[in-house]
Amino acid sequence: MQHYSGFGLIKHSLSHHENWQRAWRNPTPKKKYDVIVIGGGGHGLATAYYLAKEFGVTNVAVIEKGYLGGGNTARNTTIVRSNYLWDEAAHLYEHAMKLWEGLSQDLNYNVMFSQRGVLNLGHTLQDMRDIQRRVNANRLNGIDGEVLDAKQVQELVPHMDCSANTRYPVLGASWQPRAGVARHDAVAWGYARGADALGVDLLQQTEVTDLIIEDGTIVGVKTNRYGDIMADRVGAVVAGNSSVVAKMGGFELPLESHPLQALVSEPIKPVLDTVVMSNHVHGYVSQSDKGDLVIGAGIDGYNGYGQRGSFPTIEHTLQAIVELFPIFSRVRMNRQWGGIVDTCPDACPILSETPVKNLYFNCGWGTGGFKATPGSGHVFAASLAKGEMHPLAKPFSMFRFHNGALVDEHGAAGVAH
Amino acid sequence: MLHIYCPHCCEYREEEEFHVKGQAHIARPLDPEACSDKEWGEYLYFRKNPRGLHHELWVHAAGCRKFFNVTRDTVSYEIKEVYLIGEQPSVVAQSDSAK
Repeated sequence: MQHYSGFGLIKHSLSHHENWQRAWRNPTPKKKYDVIVIGGGGHGLATAYYLAKEFGVTNVAVIEKGYLGGGNTARNTTIVRSNYLWDEAAHLYEHAMKLWEGLSQDLNYNVMFSQRGVLNLGHTLQDMRDIQRRVNANRLNGIDGEVLDAKQVQELVPHMDCSANTRYPVLGASWQPRAGVARHDAVAWGYARGADALGVDLLQQTEVTDLIIEDGTIVGVKTNRYGDIMADRVGAVVAGNSSVVAKMGGFELPLESHPLQALVSEPIKPVLDTVVMSNHVHGYVSQSDKGDLVIGAGIDGYNGYGQRGSFPTIEHTLQAIVELFPIFSRVRMNRQWGGIVDTCPDACPILSETPVKNLYFNCGWGTGGFKATPGSGHVFAASLAKGEMHPLAKPFSMFRFHNGALVDEHGAAGVAH
Repeated sequence: MLHIYCPHCCEYREEEEFHVKGQAHIARPLDPEACSDKEWGEYLYFRKNPRGLHHELWVHAAGCRKFFNVTRDTVSYEIKEVYLIGEQPSVVAQSDSAK
């Protein structure tokens, strides 16, 4: 793998940047792998990378039906935070946060992780009580967090309307200074390049059409391009399409796939140097390095695989943003898109063994998977390498919906949706 | 924006008047006490989440406030059929009808 550095940039400028090595190969698959990862998004590529790097399993293929990082990795609003209420979730997302903090160095790829802080606003007395409870829980778990009042919020975000005269006045917020944003594509590309360099085969434009199961044990997958590819273990990391792959395995998951829309504005001058999220008026916004406002909100209520949603959802989103930032009322929106998010009843992911032996699922991240990419990949890689779920992943078994041990983050953790 | 025909109002109305309530035809187990944890958990949480035809329950929340069923394609979002509670869908997916 070609090492990226400032010196390399200068060196390649002499040849007009025409001789850069390809970031990854385009290999022909082997007949059999130790591990196959279905899905070449952020989580799948991170899984492959950590399998090869940390757990010594290099005979790995990632099978992606489109192109790498073309699904929800390319469609999210890039917010990274770890201020979850319950211990199980907090530990998982904080594990990811710690990996984020060294990720650019680890991958030798600038993922532009910017710890500009995240505000979760409170607009009612109950909001503020929940925020205090959550920040206390975070601090007990070693996660940074502060409760701010309206005046402190106003100092952090001068352009936000924190006056008492609004319909939903800002009473305060939780503030996680270590949270922030990252460059979503770079995360997928960095992991892909790192995994490829360690010997992982990345098979793009290859769709898994069926699972090959013998006596209740998975032995391989059928693909549209390369026929049958065998494997000892298979990890499905297919987000919105998890139910479709589970059906190939003959079981159902407690998931529903919904469209989640986001939009960006035209680029404007720097106006917002942190991330503002509000559950109550329901929207979140940050400003990218290019200057465009990155805006998102809730899912469309109906099930959908169409990677697009309905206009009323966009309208509600922008109503919330303009309520908070009247200054944005005449900013024009540049682009709008949708992704398919696989939502779980308790708004926590599924990292799990399945009824099919040696088939594992990493799904159900719903509206908040991007922030967990490194942690999700790391614990899932550990689980696939050992054939036993990592301790951080254990509470997120799909069978928690049988025994009732849910990790009920819904609405409790400032989960914005 | 979906335009949805409410079979109670007998009119097409805009999506914003409606709420989707998830998968249709989920029968509550007749004897909940006799269910295993698995059966009860699947009744509560496990859902068909098809890529293709889906039968779902909608409510005309800002209209007549009555419930009805919709068969909709989850990829194109096209509504194939609207039918009343207690009726069975006439448009079904190939794999469903085979069962």
